[in-house]
Amino acid sequence: MSCDEKVDCGRRRLLVATATAGGVATVAAAVPFLASMAPSERAKSAGAPVEADISKLAPGEMMTVEWRGKPVWIIHRTKEMIDNLAKHDASLVDPKSEKAQSEFDPPADVKPETRSVKPEIMVVVGICTHLGCSPTSKFKTGAESGIDADWPGGFLCPCHGSTFDLAGRVYKNKPAPANLPIPPHVYLSDAKILIGENTKGA
Amino acid sequence: MASSNFEKFKSDGTLVGNVVEWVDARFPMTSMWKAHLYEYYAPKNFNFWYFFGSLAILVLVMQIVTGIFLVMHYKPDASLNASGVPVAFASVEYIMRDVPWGWLIRYMHSTGASAFFIVVYMHMFRGMLYGSYRQPRELIWIFGVMIYLCLMAEAFAGYLLPWGQMSYWGAQVILSLFSAIPLVGNDLATWIRGDFVIGDATLNRMFSFHVIAIPLALLGLVVAHILALHEVGSNNPDGVEIKKKKDEHGIPLDGIPFHPYYTVKDIVGTVVFLMAFSVIMFFMPEGGGYFLEYNNFFPADPMVTPPHIAPVWYFTPFYSILRANTVNFFWIDAKLWGVIFMGLGVMVFFFLPWLDRSPVKSIRYRGPLYKGALAIFVVAFFILGYLGMLTPTPVGTLVSQVCTIIYFAFFVLMPIYTKLDKCRPEPDRVTFK
Amino acid sequence: MKKLLLSLLLVPVLALAAGAELHLDKAPDRSGDVAALQRGAKIFVNYCLNCHSASYMRYNRLHDIGLSDLQIKDNLLFTADKVGEPMRISMQRADSKQWFGVAPPDLTVIARARASEFGSGADWLYTYLRSFYRDDSRPTGWNNVVFANVGMPHILWQLQGEQVMEVVGEDHHLKLAKPGKLKPEEYDALVGDLVGYLKYMGEPVAGLRKNLGIAVLIALAMLFVVTYALKREFWKDIH
Repeated sequence: MSCDEKVDCGRRRLLVATATAGGVATVAAAVPFLASMAPSERAKSAGAPVEADISKLAPGEMMTVEWRGKPVWIIHRTKEMIDNLAKHDASLVDPKSEKAQSEFDPPADVKPETRSVKPEIMVVVGICTHLGCSPTSKFKTGAESGIDADWPGGFLCPCHGSTFDLAGRVYKNKPAPANLPIPPHVYLSDAKILIGENTKGA
Repeated sequence: MASSNFEKFKSDGTLVGNVVEWVDARFPMTSMWKAHLYEYYAPKNFNFWYFFGSLAILVLVMQIVTGIFLVMHYKPDASLNASGVPVAFASVEYIMRDVPWGWLIRYMHSTGASAFFIVVYMHMFRGMLYGSYRQPRELIWIFGVMIYLCLMAEAFAGYLLPWGQMSYWGAQVILSLFSAIPLVGNDLATWIRGDFVIGDATLNRMFSFHVIAIPLALLGLVVAHILALHEVGSNNPDGVEIKKKKDEHGIPLDGIPFHPYYTVKDIVGTVVFLMAFSVIMFFMPEGGGYFLEYNNFFPADPMVTPPHIAPVWYFTPFYSILRANTVNFFWIDAKLWGVIFMGLGVMVFFFLPWLDRSPVKSIRYRGPLYKGALAIFVVAFFILGYLGMLTPTPVGTLVSQVCTIIYFAFFVLMPIYTKLDKCRPEPDRVTFK
Repeated sequence: MKKLLLSLLLVPVLALAAGAELHLDKAPDRSGDVAALQRGAKIFVNYCLNCHSASYMRYNRLHDIGLSDLQIKDNLLFTADKVGEPMRISMQRADSKQWFGVAPPDLTVIARARASEFGSGADWLYTYLRSFYRDDSRPTGWNNVVFANVGMPHILWQLQGEQVMEVVGEDHHLKLAKPGKLKPEEYDALVGDLVGYLKYMGEPVAGLRKNLGIAVLIALAMLFVVTYALKREFWKDIH
């Protein structure tokens, strides 16, 4: 086929223009399909923040609340429990919680010594950072706990033996690599915690 | 064009050239590209009627893609949820409201189903206008009718899935037709349903047919359909065989390579189709109650029969034929005759290549007998379709019976009137009308 | 020949089914009126959502009609704890079937389901809610012109008042025997709002759908111009 320069250039320009227009249209058409795979309203509703009423939580007691399919522990720590937190930094992997959490965004006002906003209320996600089992509570101190004589109280994961203290910090020489994550949460009042958000809802 | 040369593409030294040469040594990529696109010579006089093949492929792809995304959220479960609504029905509303852009994907799929039939009916009609089913293209036509049958089954199975009143009761009527078959009818109907009544078992197997079994069959048949076409070459509005006149390189004088000429033309056709499709999908997705039937917004209720049960519009011509049979002939009752003639109404299309005895292929050169017969057939088909949407009345039934006779007469008498017809001679070369 | 074919096309007119004719009033169009839709939502939640669920409609979808989470929580959130939850009801279907003869249907898509050749679903609902009349032969004491022997009592009777069926020879019509708290025009407006809300609830995305349609058609028109130019350019070779 013999074409002169003008025809070829015109054809190429039209081809580029059409291909670009078609490409834009195709990308625009793909957007709704890909977006449809994002969490639906049902998923967002099920994953919505949960209110926990701690007015009846006595010192030394723990309650569990479900958020996004995970157990969230709220522990009312006694003064003794809070004091004990500072005494075993040497046996902890990350006593100052310097390593950032791989999941969830904890509230900004969490204090590193107690890993909580209020020293007496500990809010933590109860899933072992090793392979995802839920640790059991071992609040009894010393040899009575069945762990060792110096045990100050905390959690023992039955699957592979990882141990955590009452601030959710992981002990050394255990399979779990990181401290238990702290979920986003905010105090709506002294008696109510909203778990799932760091600010009071819109 | 099975004259695939298997010549290896020699690289021009560029990276792309090297990759292509590597692939061609292991896979017939370039030879397929040449045989089916770049060196597939199609007649240069394709008109409006020739858009519908590529549009059918477009709609098939669209239904599959939208279907894939719908299945991520749809649940084929007839049991009632906590609010007393069937889970399947609720899952469709979940898609419409809670899934981001779910409403768009659902409407594309429901509009696409009706669009598929419009496109396929136009595509089949092109075959009847220009004799595209004639020798040596009988097998293309046969694959095509098989695709049409699969499409009807696919649409039927798909319509059950939203589990609305029309879904349930339409299926009830159609599946009960099987019980009309003597001796084995009732057992056959139970086996198809998977239960004594239409229920969860039926819903789940229709889901399996609709999502995987029939789509696989459709894809295979479409490939066979196109391979058979490319083996003999396309027909054209003049019915002239372009391979009879070739140039010194063996290229038909009236042929042009499918790519780029028909790829670029079919892209325009696609855009125009999408415009028409968008008008319906965005502004009247219910299609006046024909594409999304109003009664289907009530969840299926086995205890409440709707006052008026009608199949979706694309089945209504055959439904009319079914209902037109009101007389018990010999030892076969009317209901069974209805089933037989409804089935024959579709199956008769298979025989078209052998019923047509005209010396010419295209309607452009046929005489008044065929033109008249085809026109009357089309009118009868539309009337049957319209009547199939309404409740039966004495006058309506009589008209259906007349139109059914016309419908079958078109085929049965064809060997006679196509032989008697006064045709004009076909030209040597294609014309542009 | 052509005349014969054309006359054949007229035949279907004869075959028109003589089904039950239904005369429906046209429902007022509230589609752009956010204030009316909010009023309709309030009426729906207060009067209907006790017996009828709207189980595919989440409370927080009402953001569409300009309501905030707080407004929803304070004024409308009766049957759930959180705005993300759907409008379910606590009445069990087995119970309601026993009490009313039939379980009251879910109303989320009722405006789509009640469409017919006689009018839109909104028209049906608008006429239905204004066509109740006193009928002592019915267990609820009420009957309805649009839905004969309906199991639903006239929930809004205190607002509309009591209508009776007056029979004058061949002519049946409804007459307001006892006035209600609202004048007839006011009652009609209230029902208009409620039906407007039901229409919106049937397809909350309708507005976006139409706007997107216009954008898509404009985009396709532009695409048509370019692709057609490309086709013409290539086909110069042939012609």
